[in-house]
Amino acid sequence: MAKVLEINGPLVRLELPGAVLGEQVSVGALGLVGEVIGRDGDTALAQLYEDSAGLAPGEAAAGLGHPLSVELGPGLLGGIFDGIQRPLEAVRQVSGDRISRGIRVPSLARGRRWAFAPAPDRSAEMVINAGDILGSVQETASIAHRILVPPDVSGELLELAPAGDYEVDATIARVRSHDGSIRKLTLCQRWPVRIPRPFRRRDHAVQPLVTGQRILDTFYPLLKGGKAAIPGPFGAGKTMLQHQIARWCNAEIVIYVGCGERGNELTDILESLPKLTDPHSGRPLMERTLLIANTSNMPVVAREASVYVGITIAEYFRDQGYDVVMVADSTSRWAEALREVAGRLGQMPVEEGYPAYLGSRLAAFYERAGRVETLAGGSGSVTLIGAVSPPGGDFSEPVTSHTKEIIQTFWALSKELADARHYPAIDWLESFSGYIGQAARWWADNVDPGWAPARARALAMLSESEELRRIVNLVGVDALSSEQRWSLEAAELIKEALLQQSATDEVDSYASPAKQYLLLAGLLDIYDRGMRLVGQGVPARRLLELPVLGEARRWKTRYGDADIAGLRERVARLVEDFMPLEAEYFPAGPGEG
Amino acid sequence: MKNLEFRTAASARGGLVVMAKVPGVAAGTRVSLRDHAGRGRNGLVIRTSDDAVLVEVFEGTDDLDLERTWVRFLDEPYSLPVSRDILGRVFNGVGQPRDGRPPIVSGQRRDINGAPLNPAARAYPREFIQTGLSAVDGMNSLTRGQKLPIFSGGGLPHNRVAAQIVRQARLLGAATTEFVVVFAAFGVSSQDARYFQESFEESGALERLVMFLNLADEPVIERLLTPRAAFTAAEYLAYELDYHVLVVMTDMTAYAEALREVAVLRGDVPARKGYPGYLYSDLAEIYERAGRIRDRRGSITLIPVLSMPSDDITHPIPDLTGYITEGQIVLSRELHAQGVYPPVAVLPSLSRLMKDGIGGDFTRPDHPHVASQLFASYARALEVRGLAAIIGAEDLSESDRRYLAFAEAFEHRFVGQGEDEERDVYASLDLAWELLSMLPAGTLTRVSEDELAKYHKPAEAAR
Ligand SMILES: Nc1ncnc2c1ncn2[C@@H]1O[C@H](COP(=O)(O)OP(=O)(O)OP(=O)(O)O)[C@@H](O)[C@H]1O
Ligand SMILES: [Mg+2]
Repeated sequence: MAKVLEINGPLVRLELPGAVLGEQVSVGALGLVGEVIGRDGDTALAQLYEDSAGLAPGEAAAGLGHPLSVELGPGLLGGIFDGIQRPLEAVRQVSGDRISRGIRVPSLARGRRWAFAPAPDRSAEMVINAGDILGSVQETASIAHRILVPPDVSGELLELAPAGDYEVDATIARVRSHDGSIRKLTLCQRWPVRIPRPFRRRDHAVQPLVTGQRILDTFYPLLKGGKAAIPGPFGAGKTMLQHQIARWCNAEIVIYVGCGERGNELTDILESLPKLTDPHSGRPLMERTLLIANTSNMPVVAREASVYVGITIAEYFRDQGYDVVMVADSTSRWAEALREVAGRLGQMPVEEGYPAYLGSRLAAFYERAGRVETLAGGSGSVTLIGAVSPPGGDFSEPVTSHTKEIIQTFWALSKELADARHYPAIDWLESFSGYIGQAARWWADNVDPGWAPARARALAMLSESEELRRIVNLVGVDALSSEQRWSLEAAELIKEALLQQSATDEVDSYASPAKQYLLLAGLLDIYDRGMRLVGQGVPARRLLELPVLGEARRWKTRYGDADIAGLRERVARLVEDFMPLEAEYFPAGPGEG
Repeated sequence: MKNLEFRTAASARGGLVVMAKVPGVAAGTRVSLRDHAGRGRNGLVIRTSDDAVLVEVFEGTDDLDLERTWVRFLDEPYSLPVSRDILGRVFNGVGQPRDGRPPIVSGQRRDINGAPLNPAARAYPREFIQTGLSAVDGMNSLTRGQKLPIFSGGGLPHNRVAAQIVRQARLLGAATTEFVVVFAAFGVSSQDARYFQESFEESGALERLVMFLNLADEPVIERLLTPRAAFTAAEYLAYELDYHVLVVMTDMTAYAEALREVAVLRGDVPARKGYPGYLYSDLAEIYERAGRIRDRRGSITLIPVLSMPSDDITHPIPDLTGYITEGQIVLSRELHAQGVYPPVAVLPSLSRLMKDGIGGDFTRPDHPHVASQLFASYARALEVRGLAAIIGAEDLSESDRRYLAFAEAFEHRFVGQGEDEERDVYASLDLAWELLSMLPAGTLTRVSEDELAKYHKPAEAAR
């Protein structure tokens, strides 16, 4: 008889002959759920996803015969699930405000019927393959949930249900496998979370993920199918940035994993997204969003699982041909959960208590991102964006430094900028993107060929201004030449009028690529015009008095995306702003040329 | 089992006792020990199998005689009896009366560990709480249901600031009778405890106060239970009696040190500075009990106070706290030395829920912009001050000199105020505009042009 031998926090030793590593177990009278992480003869070591208080040696235990897996099918979108995919809204109906232990609720609601439409090109007697599309369910107004042949099924389609309303676990197809066995397929399928879902092949990522955040899109772009990290000390703005991406990015599906962070941050999304409209589809944002929550007060063991639950669901939508974005806040909490498990298993810590396999685990996780050709022959992508919370804000710590080697886009948040309320507090010198070439092609085709050179010039100005700032802080502004003073001012202008973007301002919160480019081009034009005058002997002091400098700082909030034409027209009129100075210094003729 | 006494202690070491051959003891059970002198001690089962049960003893294992130690397993977790009568009472660190009055009689006991709140059951905090302090209300405001710690250091007036907030905190337009305070102190001196008690007494709030005290010379391990007991009381008051509860806890550093002490005894792998890797989750279990719940009237707002060892904000205790709480109010030794009270360093301070609790619906439409402008202008003013220290104030430009004056006025008049001075938020905002009027309008780009026209009055500032 399987039973509990020893309890040590979330770790239990069980008498459980034949247990398999990774197998799910049910433990004790409450039926606490856990996972086998070690075996020694007839005893197994398991970690519980739930608090073990009250559990006593001698209580019963049982192996469930399968690894941690998720239920995939209609009903995922718009929902909030815990780290092992229990639907929290349904849990609340059963157990009230607090999550009681041992609670079992199916991940996808039963009893609800979905309108299934079989794919027109499928019919009985056809041969079907893993990943093929059998039909679809219009899950929300913007998302058709494609019903896929599970990756481990192929053979002859014996029967496909006609259009009609079905529950998620109703049989909609029968397939005779090559070995002659018959498989019934339903609207939902299960997949073990620690195994990547298969695809045909990897494709190159080519399209930027447009987030509407200027410093991201214009300076450090990410591609659909790319990997990015947002490291930063507490309060620097990681969560805000991820919320902004979840709100405004041009992906079709967004999976937000709150991993060891605050409950209120999830509540914020749950309360705000239904009221916001997707600028790309015009539908309420919640319809394309799904939340996974293992908040910091929920059991740590399920935290480790939560990111895998999230990425598996992301892959499932990718396999339907969608562009999916998964944001994980914060991967550090996940790594810490890993560290705790390692510690309990007595594994040798290498740096700051982390096990030696930290780097390879992180890499394997991020490897699940990418743009692929799906088994069905379509194209889908998973973009992965992980927040990193380095202790003390020190980027040399293990999780940040390993992550930095894995990802291509690095949005480094700085405490200094956050303290000065320069938001988003992304450090333009520390950050990088490995996708500039691909992004440049897209901007050239879709917005303006001037993007790449303009971006490069602005970055050069920003980095030069660091040097000038150092001089000013040492010897004062009088040590600068007029050119240098104007450069410094222009860099400030770029910081305030372009880089700074308020997430809380209705107009500023999202900027379309067209608006981003116009702002950038306009500011560079101001710089050039001023520089020309300075070159002709106009003192920088006079230029600094120009009203356009204050006004340009308000363009971002004055011209919304509905008023791009207004901004374009304003930028085209910049010549007038410099006329009074020209007239004063060069009354004889045009200073230009 | 709770009536059986076992005398099978096999070993004792640094606060931990191993009991042999007591089958079937549940994890997390409360334990009661009796030593050879008949003295009672309290403990908790932290690891259990049929062969050996590991018990953590709060009062320590010093001079424990294994053969003459009797142990009972009480078959229940630590719990707190709750009823309306807890209001006005003073308890020790584990919830037993320490005010000489009889124990709480109640049929209701609550496990002090609570159970995690379902994130789907939370309601987002929104209402503005006025503390009467300009540096808080104007720039780092508190929201009902928020957790906002005070980061301080030895010798700084954090207790006075916390007490002033407790005395003055109010919701605009709500009755004060709905407000109650749960105060928990651990590892503080009896003098500090007395200061709080008297300060609350002064405001006549004693019957709306519950206190949990574990003083500096009292059992260290008991501290691990104190915040949990306090939150159990707070949850009862908020969610069953509909009160708005303000929980003040001091000093979280003493709590974290107690946790480290126990972790070392248990042999847990240390992460940073000897603190166990689970310090984050442990603190989160406590802090996350603050908040609001859908369809409930009450709320829990938390102000933990912690002293940063060596004033180091990257030390694990403030660092991990900052990663869990919704901002922080940082006190500055420099401002304190200049006689500024409350010495709030506004730049490293932050209230993350401010954006949701201010503005037209709650305070005034210009509030978010004014706050943002104050941050930007003060940050700029500090740069100028740094420059002035190098090249001398005489060589500054006219505009820079105004910034220098602004910094002074801002620190002494806006941040600084009296310990009994309660400024309402409108007074704070008006004061902010008065100070901003010292600066050229053209540099104030965070406020709207309409607001500038309405509030920016350079003439008055010059007076
Ligand atoms: N783009 C932005 N616009 C306006 N305010 C911002 C922006 N980014 C950050 N902030 C401000 O900074 C605060 C902290 O941001 P956030 O909660 O995202 O920090 P964090 O890096 O996630 O911190 P932690 O690691 O503790 O979770 C926000 O509450 C908000 O006040
Ligand atoms: Mg965050």
